[in-house]
Amino acid sequence: MELKTVRTHRVPVRYFEGGSGEPLVFLHGAGRLNEDRTFLEALAAKFHVYAPLIPGYGDSEEHPELYDMLDFTLHTWDVVDALGLKKPMLAGFSMGGMIAAEMAAIAPHDVSRLALIAPAGLWIPDHPIPDIFSLLPYEFPHYLFYDEEAGAKLMTPGGDMSDPKFIQAFLVQNARELGAASKILFPIPERGLSTRLYRIKAPVTLIWGACDRLIPAVYGHAFQRAIPGSRLVVIQEAAHMVPFEKTAEVVEALS
Amino acid sequence: MRFTWFNLMPWPYLPNDFRQKNHSVWVDIDSRLFDPVKAHEVYNNYMDLLEYAGKLGFDGIGVNEHHQNAYGLMPSPNIIAAGLARRTDDVALVVLGASIALYNPPVRVAEEFAMLDCISGGRLVAGFPVGTSMDTNYCYGTIPGLTRDKYREAHELIIRAWQEPEPFAFNGRYTKLRYVNIWPRPIQKPHPPVHVPGGGSVETFDFCIDNTYTYSYLSFGGYIRGKQLMDSYWDRVAERNAPDTSPYRAGFAQFVCVADTDAEAERLYASHVGYFYNRCLHVYPGFADAPGYRTIKTIQKGVLSQYTPQSLFEEHPWQQLVDNGHVIAGSPETVRQRMEDLIKGLRVGHVYCLMQIGDMPKDKCMNSTRLFAEKVIPQLRHLFPEYADDGRFWSKPLENRVAPASLPTAAVEV
Repeated sequence: MELKTVRTHRVPVRYFEGGSGEPLVFLHGAGRLNEDRTFLEALAAKFHVYAPLIPGYGDSEEHPELYDMLDFTLHTWDVVDALGLKKPMLAGFSMGGMIAAEMAAIAPHDVSRLALIAPAGLWIPDHPIPDIFSLLPYEFPHYLFYDEEAGAKLMTPGGDMSDPKFIQAFLVQNARELGAASKILFPIPERGLSTRLYRIKAPVTLIWGACDRLIPAVYGHAFQRAIPGSRLVVIQEAAHMVPFEKTAEVVEALS
Repeated sequence: MRFTWFNLMPWPYLPNDFRQKNHSVWVDIDSRLFDPVKAHEVYNNYMDLLEYAGKLGFDGIGVNEHHQNAYGLMPSPNIIAAGLARRTDDVALVVLGASIALYNPPVRVAEEFAMLDCISGGRLVAGFPVGTSMDTNYCYGTIPGLTRDKYREAHELIIRAWQEPEPFAFNGRYTKLRYVNIWPRPIQKPHPPVHVPGGGSVETFDFCIDNTYTYSYLSFGGYIRGKQLMDSYWDRVAERNAPDTSPYRAGFAQFVCVADTDAEAERLYASHVGYFYNRCLHVYPGFADAPGYRTIKTIQKGVLSQYTPQSLFEEHPWQQLVDNGHVIAGSPETVRQRMEDLIKGLRVGHVYCLMQIGDMPKDKCMNSTRLFAEKVIPQLRHLFPEYADDGRFWSKPLENRVAPASLPTAAVEV
């Protein structure tokens, strides 16, 4: 994978590019492991992958004029245009899935296929999604991983959850990244997507970890009901971080 | 010098094992710990104390805003201030303040503050806090990354609403109003003095300097720890070439308890101070700072030990709290000395004296308050004589104010 820059109307955007074949735009989640390339490399074995970093994430500059869901949606379409892609496949994980679904709803004729991996964007009162904004570093693995211990190690390469250096880096990263994400996810990660899902025309694959404790699999069924003809793939022994826990199975489901 | 007697209004009935058994004192505090019948007495006691301080010679009496918080029972400080306006006559009403970004539309604050100013005869000091992350983000749902922007817009709207004589249209991002034209208007012109509680960000320093507002540091960390922050404020005042370095540009909140002797202070007050630090400050650290609420620079300077699981149960013994300056406690002379260190060391013209602490009962609090008013304030009153006439940062009441009339007992002839 190569890290490159593309200029857009508002702000230069950093993106990973690699692989060959059908163009696929992948949108990352709200936090954690966005720098981990394992999943992107696995995707690149089957697709020509473009994975832009949302402003405020990684090397992508923050932009104060991105205020709300529409801004995020249109900005990401600006990125697709700037990359010169016509009717690509869109895939998104968690927050990225929410953005991808919005993009497909707002421009239904410009997406060839849509894959949503444990996307945010709906809210079921009987199954409230935990508040990621108030979690402490050591509390994350429980909500994100099937194997919490392995997940904690994945999040703290070479350190651990009580290491002050790790905590500081974590908090700084959180402030910047979740600060940007807060515009579409805080305090409830729902911005009216359910009223727009009917507009999606592309074939849709929904992928869920069976043991997701952040956005439980019941949300997968809700998305499936709201998007007629969509396919739901539930992967066993996996939680919210299913692309990192069951990489091969997720890539297989996408293909 | 100006001394404000300040009441956070803590709930005094948190159980002994509160920290061990509860997630947080704030945001998701267990509602079953609240008893509305007891609250009837608690509120009235606390208002009595504020009014008592107003009679004893404090310059101001102060209230503030918190939500879903067992150490601050005032979601609406204006309601308390309205009550206080009637049973006090010359003391300033320091509402520190109303979280202007939380009101929809924010002209509500302009209206209520104008009402308070009219009812009290121009005694209002208006506080404009950004608000804590707990209140603003977690309790009231404001998006952390947009909190400051929303605050900036609300401030602009309120200041214009107070001053512009003609109705105007306001096209903000967060508030759109076709006819801004508040009734009533404040007595104090161009508007009541403004105090801004801050937590050390340069943006807030500049905001106060540019608008001639008092920068107020309301920490529970005491004056020794507070020095670093206040020094950086004064450095900024110099850097920005402010026209003067009036101490009234700054205020500081400090826990204070006074007794006849130092030993007596410990005997009378230690358990109540302990109640505050060991129960009331049991805030789940995940609520302290929503991502996007603070700047990255501030986080990089911050203390991180609170983010580990072990940190939640540290004890705070009396002697340590006194030595570290969290609490200024002791005989009138001890308190005078340390208050003088605070006032000169931080260069603050306003001290918000937190004298009702934790579960301190009314009689003890009245004793401490009276000793402070009678034996400490007169010794400190005339510090900063060169700025004695600086009235920019304090309320300017009407000379002829009315008092609540006595009510007729018989039928009124008309």
